[in-house]
Amino acid sequence: MITWKPLSHTSHSERRRFHKDSKDDRHRISEVHRLFCVPLQPSLWRMIRFIILQNRQGKTRLAKYYVPLEESEKHKVEYEVHRLVVNRDPKFTNFVEFRTHKVIYRRYAGLFFSLCVDMTDNELAYLECIHLFVEILDHFFSNVCELDLVFNFHKVYLILDEFILAGELQETSKKAIIERMGELEKQE
Amino acid sequence: MALSGMRGLSVFISDIRNCQNKEQERLRVDKELGNVRTRFKNEKGLTPYEKKKYVWKMLYIYMLGYDVDFGHMEAVSLISAPKYPEKQVGYIVTSCLLNENHDFLRLAINTVRNDIIGRNETFQCLALTMVGNIGGREFAESLAPDVQKLLISSSCRPLVRKKAALCLLRLYRKNPDVVNVDGWSDRMAQLLDERDLGVLTSSMSLLVALVSNNHDAYWSCLPKCVKILERLARNQDVPQEYTYYGIPTPWLQVKTMRALQYFPTIEDPNTRRSLFEVLQRILMGTDVVKNVNKNNASHAVLFEALALVMHLDAEKEMMSQCVALLGKFIAVREPNIRYLGLENMTRMLMVSDVQDIIKRHQAQIITSLKDPDISIRRRALDLLYGMCDISNAKDIVEELLQYLSSADFAMREELSLKAAILAEKFAPDLSWYVDVILQLIDKAGDFVSDDIWFRVVQFVTNNEDLQPYAAAKAREYLDKPAIHETMVKVSAYLLGEYSHLLARRPGCSPKEIFGIIHEKLPTVSTSTVPILLSTYAKILMHTQPSDPELQNQIWAIFSKYESCIDVEIQQRAVEYFALSRKGAALMDILAEMPKFPERQSSLLKKAEDAEVDTAEQSAIKLRAQQQTSNALVVTDQRPANGTPYVGQLGLVMVPSSANADHNLENQGPAQENGTLSQVDPQSPSPSADLLGDLLGPLAIEGPPGAAAPTEHVIPASEGDPNPADALALAPVDEQTNSVQPIGNIAERFHALCLKDSGVLYEDPYIQIGIKAEWRAHHGRLVLFLGNKNTSSLASVQALILPPSHLKMELSLVPETIPPRAQVQCPLEVMNLRPSRDVAVLDFSYKFGTSSVNVKLRLPAVLNKFLHPISVTAEEFFPQWRSLSGPPLKLQEVVRGVRPMLLLEMANLFNSLRLMVCPGLDPNANNLVASTTFYSESTRAMLCLMRIETDPADRTQLRMTVSSGDPTLTFELKEFIKEQLVSIPTATRPPAPEVAQPTSAVTSLTDPGAMLAGLL
Repeated sequence: MITWKPLSHTSHSERRRFHKDSKDDRHRISEVHRLFCVPLQPSLWRMIRFIILQNRQGKTRLAKYYVPLEESEKHKVEYEVHRLVVNRDPKFTNFVEFRTHKVIYRRYAGLFFSLCVDMTDNELAYLECIHLFVEILDHFFSNVCELDLVFNFHKVYLILDEFILAGELQETSKKAIIERMGELEKQE
Repeated sequence: MALSGMRGLSVFISDIRNCQNKEQERLRVDKELGNVRTRFKNEKGLTPYEKKKYVWKMLYIYMLGYDVDFGHMEAVSLISAPKYPEKQVGYIVTSCLLNENHDFLRLAINTVRNDIIGRNETFQCLALTMVGNIGGREFAESLAPDVQKLLISSSCRPLVRKKAALCLLRLYRKNPDVVNVDGWSDRMAQLLDERDLGVLTSSMSLLVALVSNNHDAYWSCLPKCVKILERLARNQDVPQEYTYYGIPTPWLQVKTMRALQYFPTIEDPNTRRSLFEVLQRILMGTDVVKNVNKNNASHAVLFEALALVMHLDAEKEMMSQCVALLGKFIAVREPNIRYLGLENMTRMLMVSDVQDIIKRHQAQIITSLKDPDISIRRRALDLLYGMCDISNAKDIVEELLQYLSSADFAMREELSLKAAILAEKFAPDLSWYVDVILQLIDKAGDFVSDDIWFRVVQFVTNNEDLQPYAAAKAREYLDKPAIHETMVKVSAYLLGEYSHLLARRPGCSPKEIFGIIHEKLPTVSTSTVPILLSTYAKILMHTQPSDPELQNQIWAIFSKYESCIDVEIQQRAVEYFALSRKGAALMDILAEMPKFPERQSSLLKKAEDAEVDTAEQSAIKLRAQQQTSNALVVTDQRPANGTPYVGQLGLVMVPSSANADHNLENQGPAQENGTLSQVDPQSPSPSADLLGDLLGPLAIEGPPGAAAPTEHVIPASEGDPNPADALALAPVDEQTNSVQPIGNIAERFHALCLKDSGVLYEDPYIQIGIKAEWRAHHGRLVLFLGNKNTSSLASVQALILPPSHLKMELSLVPETIPPRAQVQCPLEVMNLRPSRDVAVLDFSYKFGTSSVNVKLRLPAVLNKFLHPISVTAEEFFPQWRSLSGPPLKLQEVVRGVRPMLLLEMANLFNSLRLMVCPGLDPNANNLVASTTFYSESTRAMLCLMRIETDPADRTQLRMTVSSGDPTLTFELKEFIKEQLVSIPTATRPPAPEVAQPTSAVTSLTDPGAMLAGLL
């Protein structure tokens, strides 16, 4: 929990807990911005290409790339992914084609967790991997909300590094990761 | 939970959040950046804590989307801090801010290595994490052995080992040579006995990468994978913390089944049986439950099991079970499951014998075509497209057509393309085909490219039975109030040719036909007017007995257009007017078009090429081709290997047009002037008749003129068709360059063959630079696309046409290049086997009104995969003797050599990466050189060569080349020869093995080779 309240105009959505996701008014899907372009990266390997956490306004809360992209490309990707997922109806699938890849995304309160993977990779496994990540965050920040991630973004990177490495799942035990984070906190 | 005492950072974040608008935010960020920059400048006063704080701030600013162009050094330097908190920041921020190509990373490589081999476990973890996330090639080469040691160490905690496994995976991806197959396969099998599931999960990912590259070496892992699967799925022998909503670690199950899919088959009957038992259990035992997460997790496992069953080609009974399951899935409400059901059913189509069962679900699939979610619609469309055959084509295509009217814009193009392909491929009868295409034009005219309607014309012309029907249909569409211009074109054409067949029907008298077509004239563009004029002339000719009123009307139109600014229109008007006064001559010249020679549809070829690879990719490929908006461009000579067509060679002029693609001819006039121009009666015009031209590439093979339409008007053949007009009708990629390159492209290419960076191409708008790095059989080229102007370059497209021996993948190329900006596009190259063929970059962009398309050879040539190696006499001679005679050792006397001194030749050899070994040959006029060649098929292979020169006649020499691979020996010999003869580019010496005639006709199988031959 946040012990201090320095913020004068915290928006309501940033304080919303992920697990109480209410359905607010959402626009019908606008036309998906599609790019018929060359692959994001040589796709010799199936792996996670990147993970992006964004809020509804498109503010990036975390971005981790497992393929080398130039800075300008990263910003472009973040912009496109946001446009791709933000207006999708909650009743839609959690999968959208993105260039020659697929984005698996999930929305928690005002935050979108998006994972970019190969067209032929196992979509549901990644979908649940997002949820596991959220459960870990939820456990670590005890009842997480967007604000926790804003002010503790460095912690989020640490947790992610314990969870995913080299674009692959590293550890799937929530307990193991939480214990590990405890160890690291002690060292600081 | 405050930020571990970093108050400054929290305050900064709060400040940013308090900004009322973007402008304020930018001001605040700029202020902070200024502050950080000054603090970093006089670093002496900085405590490690402050440094850490600033580096975090930088990362935060970077995350907000601002460019942070300094401080990278400070982040990297924190890696070598002695204490954990600073070191941690250094590692994390570095791996966020820098990518593997950043020079600063090299500076850290020693520190990173020390952390990895050091005793401090926390430091080990940090270092492994960073290398795992952003480690590049250099890391791979210097760190792989240490990382391997950690992975198999018995004294390390699982914590370190799982990181080591994935770190090694990253390094392996960067350079597969760092994992020695011989030594590693046993270790890998041992790793699969691991009890710690974190380590096992990571190791399984590593295994997937290893087997995907070389399954042969890892056979021993196969039974172990099956054991793991049994343990997880059958015995559920998993610690509580690894069960996810009651499912034993679904991710590891999925990974394990993925690894199994890389083994071609399972031979051992016992292993196979146990595996099928597990799979059967998964297939049958997965129920739909209320909890979403549990449902997803269990279905993730189920879908992977399905993929494995398909891969293993299970018994028919099990396959039917799978199809039944999928049939259930495509009918559920849950969108994700339905999506996956459709997707997997499409994959299932590749398995034989199940198509009929899938067809039973047709109605259900069609429902999904109307789903509000575009993701589902795409999957449904792919599946319908895949399952269509003669038996159900009518239903499916009609369904697609019906859907077309309501489909959203994003799907229309794909839909109409697919409908057109299916209609042509499986048309039960031709009148149906005509119906479908006309409907397509009616509903989505914008997406029906010219060659689709050309194809209709071709069918109708060749089938007399069809002509009255098609004409009647065309007549019907003309009654509609607002029709697409393509519809005007096709119906005017058809009615011009065949309206006399309808003469007795109501509303079909020549006068009425003329009237209704002429109504459209004011609405059409200049490209359509010539077609209408031909139609009028034909109507006039068919009007027997002649109708003076109609004649006067049409003549009035002709004389009106006699002064039209558009040359093509003007020419036709003049000619038709003159001809129509000649009576009998008109009859001959405007007789019906002759039949077209049969040939395969370009559309189908395109579609088939797109399906060469896995079915699931086909849709994407098709779409990728649509990018150029001329997916259906008529192409006569398609390479069989699925690489894109290179018919229109922007910079290549084919000397003789007799055997060249008809399209090429259009380039003549088009290239000279891109805009409106005066009529130039002197300029030779290859084809004056626009319509003839349009249909030419479709149907006419052999010399143009042989089957040329009789409509071709002889006296006018000197007129130059208006180039702008020709462009409007020509396929897009025929628009060629009015922009002249700066410098000699061929010279630039040859220079780059000898060095690794330089300019590949330059014109007034763009400069393409190249920088290359070569390691063994891998290469990495970076293309630097620099916009030289103050406005953007648009529609930038880069397409790589690799020869068959190179595997090349180009990363993202942005569509526009901002003014004065430079874009870098990495291109990964892998050399599969020795060959001298050259890869080609097909590059195009638009600047203002000019559009430029160039085909450039890429300097990924044979000598780039050479690595000079010096050999001693003791090494050289045994090897030289052991390779005795052809085909491993080839000798040839070369004449016509560019005269050069021996020293010059030695320099040339060294620059080609052939290392000259002085002193090995006792004769001072001879030269001995050695090198190693790398390719996937040959691996590293030693090549030796000897040149014997004649000081009296420097234009000839004797050359002997040897290596352990016959193709390599031959290719290398030819390659060196090319470098030595006077003009290395002009003509390629005829090669005995690879028949490669210089004529454009037969060498078209490989685009790279073809271009190399032409350039």
